[in-house]
Amino acid sequence: MNTIILSLLTLGSLGLIFGLVLAYASKKFAVQIYPRIEKVAGLLPGANCGACGFPNCQAAAAALIEGKTEADSCVLIEEEALRDITKIIGQKGRLRRLKEKKVARLICQGGKDQTEEKYIYQGVKDCRVADLLFGGEKACPYGCLGLGTCVQECPFGAITLDENNLPVIDEDKCTGCGKCVQVCPKEVLTLIPKSKKVWVACGSRAKGAQVKKVCQVGCIGCGLCVKACKVSAIILENNLVRIDYQKCTNCGDCVEVCPTKAIAICL
Amino acid sequence: MKILTFPGGVHSPTSKEVTRDKKIEPAKIPERVIIPLLQHTGAPCEALVSKGDGVSVGQKIGEAKAFVSSSVHATISGEVTEIKPLPYPLGSETASVVIQSDGKDEWLESGESIDWKALSPEEIREIIREAGIVGLGGAAFPTHVKLSPPKGKKINAYILNGAECEPYLTCDYRLMVEKPKEILEGFRILMAAVGVKNGYIGIEDNKPEAISIMEKELKSQSDIQMEVLKTKYPQGGEKQLIKAILRREVPSGGLPFDVGVLVSNVGTAFSCWEAVVLGKPLVERVITVAGSGIKEPKNLRVRIGTPISDIIKECGGFNGQPGKIIIGGPMMGLAQWTSDVPVIKGTSGILVFPQEEVLEEISLPCIKCGNCVDSCPVNLMPTLIESYAEKGRLKEAESLGALDCIECGVCSYVCPSKRPLVQMIKYAKFEIARNNKGK
Repeated sequence: MNTIILSLLTLGSLGLIFGLVLAYASKKFAVQIYPRIEKVAGLLPGANCGACGFPNCQAAAAALIEGKTEADSCVLIEEEALRDITKIIGQKGRLRRLKEKKVARLICQGGKDQTEEKYIYQGVKDCRVADLLFGGEKACPYGCLGLGTCVQECPFGAITLDENNLPVIDEDKCTGCGKCVQVCPKEVLTLIPKSKKVWVACGSRAKGAQVKKVCQVGCIGCGLCVKACKVSAIILENNLVRIDYQKCTNCGDCVEVCPTKAIAICL
Repeated sequence: MKILTFPGGVHSPTSKEVTRDKKIEPAKIPERVIIPLLQHTGAPCEALVSKGDGVSVGQKIGEAKAFVSSSVHATISGEVTEIKPLPYPLGSETASVVIQSDGKDEWLESGESIDWKALSPEEIREIIREAGIVGLGGAAFPTHVKLSPPKGKKINAYILNGAECEPYLTCDYRLMVEKPKEILEGFRILMAAVGVKNGYIGIEDNKPEAISIMEKELKSQSDIQMEVLKTKYPQGGEKQLIKAILRREVPSGGLPFDVGVLVSNVGTAFSCWEAVVLGKPLVERVITVAGSGIKEPKNLRVRIGTPISDIIKECGGFNGQPGKIIIGGPMMGLAQWTSDVPVIKGTSGILVFPQEEVLEEISLPCIKCGNCVDSCPVNLMPTLIESYAEKGRLKEAESLGALDCIECGVCSYVCPSKRPLVQMIKYAKFEIARNNKGK
């Protein structure tokens, strides 16, 4: 009987002592939380993509409160959340129009079936490493190497490699943060406005004959699309065409005339 | 005699038997040469000729404008047919001068042979600079730059590198056996150019013939000392050589002159002899053509700019289906994607391996055995640097000394999991250098 009481007493008093210490510590060493930062952080997407220039959403929220940045610097934010955030931080006059959403597009269609290879690459499966060895195994010096460095880099899982070893971008998941664009050694990824459905899917600045030799789907700089475009939104420079998105109307005429199908469209 | 060495390294098979006893033969003078304007470490030189110009052998066709750069010379006589970017062994493409031979092999008049002992160090350096001499061991660092260490760095020892630790290669060995007098005189010229009194020559103990020939030549002369080195890779790395012979350690981020030493390859010494004594610029070099994918392995004296396809043809062609063509040694050399690339100043060998011998290794996770750490000749932790490089944490990779890596490839060679260690460290070095440049 005695043992039971003794142990109850010991454990009970130990519990009491620890409880008191913890209660004291929680007062004494309390971490100050700014409720407004917490609220704003809750409204931010929470993807920690870093596209705003801050390491994560928490840091971006703190910067917002301190007035160091603006809510529309977030590439992912929805209109409603933006409005709520502006209410909290009191930037009434600074509620801006949402930036046009962008999406990453692949400017190469030369998968392993369409583009010649100059050697068999057996090294590290990372485009940045492969690029150091004579610019990668693709015979086209501008082509996608298809080792999936962008797939690994994408924080939203929006990129997958297809059976042709080309990255496929899921438009719904892509937030336009631009991480894949930064990481790609061949610069075959670019951000274009989400509302624009037509893009030149080739980055080769080589002459037409050279392109033809190594790739079936490259831009040969023939200029047919330039003529076909009714709003003259297509410019031919350095053997490659480029679309001026201020003018483009998504009509798709250029896609139809392109002899090598180097202009892509997604509807 | 005491056999010297450095800590770390590997005892890989040397595979030198095939070409060890093959005399250096002069290769056929090529029909067409491709001379890249960038063959060395440093800035590319500027073309002095234009399309259609006639050139003779030894005529300077590329001028080194920057300090760390080296001139290039025509290596056959004929007509310049093209100047455009073409594939070269070290990267994708670089501006190159193409010369079509006229079949005459006319040399530029060379001056009378001079007594170099009467020359001042500046004059020697100037001759070496004009002759376009670079380190022929592989890195191709301009020799005149090496011979001009920054003020305040006192040089008190010069090492002649005859280690030739890369497997298969025997070009330096053959040169030491066939031209010992010229090499030693060239070495004395190099020593005079920096005013060094102490010379050392380091040779691995698997080349007894070269050692005895050099010893005979050096008898009764005390300015140059013969040192026998253990056969171990990478014994011929300059920092490893300094450690083995002088017991000095080049500090992290430093160069040999930081410990008062310069190192040059035997091939470089021979070319210096040719330049200073015969007035002949660097237009040819000795290379080893070997590997089981080649019919008749040889040691050849070839003109710089000869396409390697010509050399392979001269060595009897491919033996079976070629799987890999490597320029340089098997450890540090670069596999090539085309046989249109030319031999350049830093090319020490061409190795061809048949398809059956080219294996694709599957890399498995690191088992933390520490083999790479034990054998790294510069005391790095390759496995950690590789992990950081893989995750893009370049700051950590740099703080672990990634930039001190000499890219010898020992870590990848010993790794039981076949991790791409040296490859990832090379990548980390490239990215770190790029980031630092941007700052």
